Amino acid sequence: MAVHKVLGIETEFGILHRNDGESNPVAASSMIINAYVNGFLERRVGWDFEDEHPGVDARGFNEFDALAPEIETHLVNAVLTNGARYYVDHAHPELSTPECTDALQCTTYDRAAEEILIRSMEKANELLPEGEELVIHKNNSDGKGNSYGCHENYLVDRAVPFGRIVQQVMPFFISRQVFCGAGKVGSEAPGLTHADVPFQITQRADFFEEEVGLETTLKRPIVNTRDEPHADSKKYRRLHVIVGDANMSELQTYLKLGTTAIVLAMIDDDMAPSDCVFETPVQTLRQTSYDIDLAMVHRLVNGQKVSALDVQWAYYAAAEKWSIRHGFEVVGGQEIGTDLMSRWNDVLVALESDPDQLADSIDWIAKRRLYEGYRARHGLDWSDPKLAALDLQYHDLRPDKGLARRIGLKRMTVDSEVEVAVDSPPPSTRAYFRGRCLERYPDEIVAANWDSMVFDVGSDPLRRVPMLEPLRGTAAHVANLLDECDNAAELLRRLGT
Amino acid sequence: MAEREQRRRSAPRTDEIEVEDEASSGSGEELKAELDDLLDEIDDVLETNAEEFVKNYVQKGGE
Repeated sequence: MAVHKVLGIETEFGILHRNDGESNPVAASSMIINAYVNGFLERRVGWDFEDEHPGVDARGFNEFDALAPEIETHLVNAVLTNGARYYVDHAHPELSTPECTDALQCTTYDRAAEEILIRSMEKANELLPEGEELVIHKNNSDGKGNSYGCHENYLVDRAVPFGRIVQQVMPFFISRQVFCGAGKVGSEAPGLTHADVPFQITQRADFFEEEVGLETTLKRPIVNTRDEPHADSKKYRRLHVIVGDANMSELQTYLKLGTTAIVLAMIDDDMAPSDCVFETPVQTLRQTSYDIDLAMVHRLVNGQKVSALDVQWAYYAAAEKWSIRHGFEVVGGQEIGTDLMSRWNDVLVALESDPDQLADSIDWIAKRRLYEGYRARHGLDWSDPKLAALDLQYHDLRPDKGLARRIGLKRMTVDSEVEVAVDSPPPSTRAYFRGRCLERYPDEIVAANWDSMVFDVGSDPLRRVPMLEPLRGTAAHVANLLDECDNAAELLRRLGT
Repeated sequence: MAEREQRRRSAPRTDEIEVEDEASSGSGEELKAELDDLLDEIDDVLETNAEEFVKNYVQKGGE
């Protein structure tokens, strides 16, 4: 039986400091996050590791060392009361949603992430000199060959051979582009011009060069092998997915997360298609992104020639069979499972028959309609900078400038729930414990991470609470306890640590 | 592979969508008008110096 597909999404946002002469994106990203932490949180619940060094605590505590490598200690790094991590990664502000138990919940937290960035941007701009402005984009490329990621994470069963995951998830990743792409004007692959690729389905396909590997910044692989479960490593893997786009469309985020969770559950249960392996995966990934008429067929290793949609239908059919045997419990329950299947089906049917129907729900199709209209009106070639400007502005998070919010994309989330998700954690994972502790006892928390929290209750030594089970520490487990404990010392006593 | 079979199964749904489409086909003009309004709006909000904006938009690689 598959393990529950606990999932999350992490987005690196594009950042521009306008009218600042020598702009420094690391400083700009820090300004964005500090503006939020200082402006909106009652107390600073984040921390800067430069002053903390929890791994070399003089009191002899060192178990935290294991977490050190992934933390850029000199950069801003905050944990929010909704359980998210908000930090500077390389030269971008990045927000990782809290762990979620289904695709819709995670889409709500992805939308909450946008709100957090919007508020950060507005607050930071209040502090800047007249004429300067920080602008945030939820996109994945600057159009000049530089890419930054939108990564998904899914909990998978450690017992499943990794080779099976690679073989069976790769065709899905390649073909899901047809409904996951955020669209892009032109190509950033070496040697291709606007004449070769005027417009393509995804932001990211240009940047992938390998089938499988550990890299994320160079020679990016379709299947990433980072093995850092942030959970009990004997039981779990975390599949770190780097091959997706950051979507403005909520329906796409929802479908991307939900269908991928279903496919990974099928792989856990050994019921995913094994006969869809592409002969040349990297080339097929790119060709699929460039094939906006969805007409191309690609060769499989078994000699068959299939389209991306054919492969999607094969996974869809397998998912139907899987769900009949196993139900949808591990992707969040019957209601969400059947909703995902029905929307997946509708999108595949529409892509096959009349893709323009999806102009209100799929970014790349919405963009194509808009850009074609704009081109016709002004008589522009695809290489015109105005098109490139539109293509940036689609992803602009400034409410008065962003195009995606103006074109009437279908919503999946509800504003009141997004508002709650800005400050409060999902009740159904360990993020609940993390977020509520940060809300209730910020002064007694030294450090937090995905799988542990370190408390300082004034007595030696620091106390570490491990959280190796993503589905422990939920509201059902600890809500009453947290309500009853007025301070962390009492909490730890009652937890028996 | 099972996709051929699946496609046949998906066919009735295609018909349904087409029927819905016909039912709302009076809105073809409406859709075009909507796009026209949108394009008017874009002319208003598009960065004034698009070329400069695009040129200055340089990001460091990430991840």
